[in-house]
Amino acid sequence: MAFRDGPFETLKVPLAWTAAAATVAAGVLAFALLLGGRASGDDQAYGALRGGVARTAGPVSGLFAAPVRWIGAASDHVAGYFNAVEENRRLKRQLAELEPWRDQAIALKNVNARYEAMLGLRVEPPVAMATARSVSESRGPFANARLLDAGSSKGVRVGNPVVNEHGLVGRIVGVTPGVSRMVLLTDVASRTPVLIDRTDARAIMTGDGSGNPRLEYMRGADAIQSGDRILSSGDGGGVPRGVPIGVAARGIDGSWRVKLFSDRGAIDYVRILLFEDFAQLAHREALNAPPLAGLTAAPPVDAATAATISDETVRRAAEAAAAQADARREGGQTQPAPGAQPR
Amino acid sequence: MRRGGAVRVVGPTQWIIYPALAVLAATLLLGTPIEVFGLKLPEPVLPMVLAFAWPLIRPSMAAPATLLVIGLFLDLFWGGPVGLWPLCLLVVYGGVLAARNLLVGQELRVLFGWYALATFGAFLLAYLIVTLRAGNAPSILALLGQMLPTLLAFIGAAWLIDRFDDTDVRFR
Repeated sequence: MAFRDGPFETLKVPLAWTAAAATVAAGVLAFALLLGGRASGDDQAYGALRGGVARTAGPVSGLFAAPVRWIGAASDHVAGYFNAVEENRRLKRQLAELEPWRDQAIALKNVNARYEAMLGLRVEPPVAMATARSVSESRGPFANARLLDAGSSKGVRVGNPVVNEHGLVGRIVGVTPGVSRMVLLTDVASRTPVLIDRTDARAIMTGDGSGNPRLEYMRGADAIQSGDRILSSGDGGGVPRGVPIGVAARGIDGSWRVKLFSDRGAIDYVRILLFEDFAQLAHREALNAPPLAGLTAAPPVDAATAATISDETVRRAAEAAAAQADARREGGQTQPAPGAQPR
Repeated sequence: MRRGGAVRVVGPTQWIIYPALAVLAATLLLGTPIEVFGLKLPEPVLPMVLAFAWPLIRPSMAAPATLLVIGLFLDLFWGGPVGLWPLCLLVVYGGVLAARNLLVGQELRVLFGWYALATFGAFLLAYLIVTLRAGNAPSILALLGQMLPTLLAFIGAAWLIDRFDDTDVRFR
C-alpha cells in the first residue's frame, strides 16, 4: 500500500512546527559541538576537520589572493618609478645615519663574542626557518588567524613562532602537509610572555581582537613607560628570547598596550621559525649517558662478585655466631650475687 | 479536481542553496588578505542575512540544517570555537521564526530595526561564549568593527525577502 493511500493521506504538519523542531535539533547539535570542543580542547577534538577545511580553503583563497598581490606589486612598481628621486634621497640620508650604528654593532658583536668565550657561555644555536605566504585571514573580534601556504612538508609544527620583516606576528596552531593555520598576537586566545627592554620587567601580552594587545601581570611600579620597546622574553620556551614585538603605549581604557611592529606593513610573506621549545636544544642521548645514568640504576652483578659477596656473608655470620656462643659461656661463669643493686 | 496550467514553484535550490553558496563565496572572498593604505577588507557575518531572511520567506526544515553547515564552515574557516556561529545563527533563525507572524509584511524600516536587534543578540551571545571560553573579553571596538558591516548587509536580506517572499503560489 502506498503512503498516500494510507491513513496519513490527509495528515498535515504545519511548516512552522517542523521548522521549529529542526531549529531546536540543530541548535542542540551546535551546543554539543561547542561543549565537546571545550571539554577536550578545540584543536584536539576538531583538528582533522579544521585541517580538511584548511586544505580546501587554502588553495581557493590563494587563487583570490594572487590577483590582489599582482595588482599590489604593479602599483608598487609604478609608485616606485614615480618616487625614485625622493626615495633615493631618503635612502642616502638613512644610510648615512645607519653607518655609525653598523660600526658600533660590529664592535659590540666582537666584544660580546669575547665575553661569551671567556665565560664559557652556552649560546642558543641558530633557528631554522621556513618562508610562507599568507593566503587568507580572519579579522573579527572572536578570531584573528591566517592560513599560510606552508605545512608539515616544510617541517612546520604546531607551536612554531611566525615573524615578518618587522617582528613577531603569531604562532602556528594547526598544520596540514601543505597549509598551516597561524593565530595572530591579537587573537583573543593569544598569550605571549614578553619583557620590557629598558627595565627587563616581565609581562604577559594578551590579545583581545583589537589591533593592540594588552600587557597584563606586570610587576614593579615604574616598570614601563610609553615608547618602551617590547621583546619576547623566551619564558616557557614557546618563542626565542629577544624577538621584537612592538612599543608600549597607553590605551584609551588606561591599560598598557603594545603597538605591534608587524602592523607597519602588510603581513604577506612571513617566516616560520622552526623552533619548538628548549627540549629541542637539549641533547637527549647526552643527558641519559653515564655518569648521570649511573645515579639512577646500579650496574648488574657478575657471577664472581656474587660468589665473593656470598662467601663474605657466610663468614661474617659464622663469626657472629661464635662470638655469641663465647659471650653466653662467659655469662654462665660470672652470675651476679643475690640482692645486688643494678647500676 | 486539479486545474491545468503552470504553477510557479520556487524550490529550496533557489532560495536556500544558491544564496548559501553565494554567502560562502563572499566570505571566502572577504577573507583575502588585502591591505590598501593601511585599510583592510570588512569582515561581516554574512550568513546573518540568511538567518534573518529565511524564516520570513517561508518556514523550512532545510534552512536550519543549512545554517548549521554554514556556521560550522565559518568556525572552521575563521578559526573560532567550533559550534559558536551555528548556535548564534540558529538563535537568530529561531527568534525570527517565533516572531514571524509579527514581522511578515512589515515595511523595510521596521524590518531593519528587527535585523539590528537580531544581530545585536547574536553578537552578544558570541561575545559571552568567547569570553567564557578564552577567559578574556574581546575588545568592544573590534566587536563594533564586525557588527557594523553585518548591519549594512541588511541590503542583502531585504533583497532576498523581496525576491522570494510570496513567490511560490503553493504557499499562499
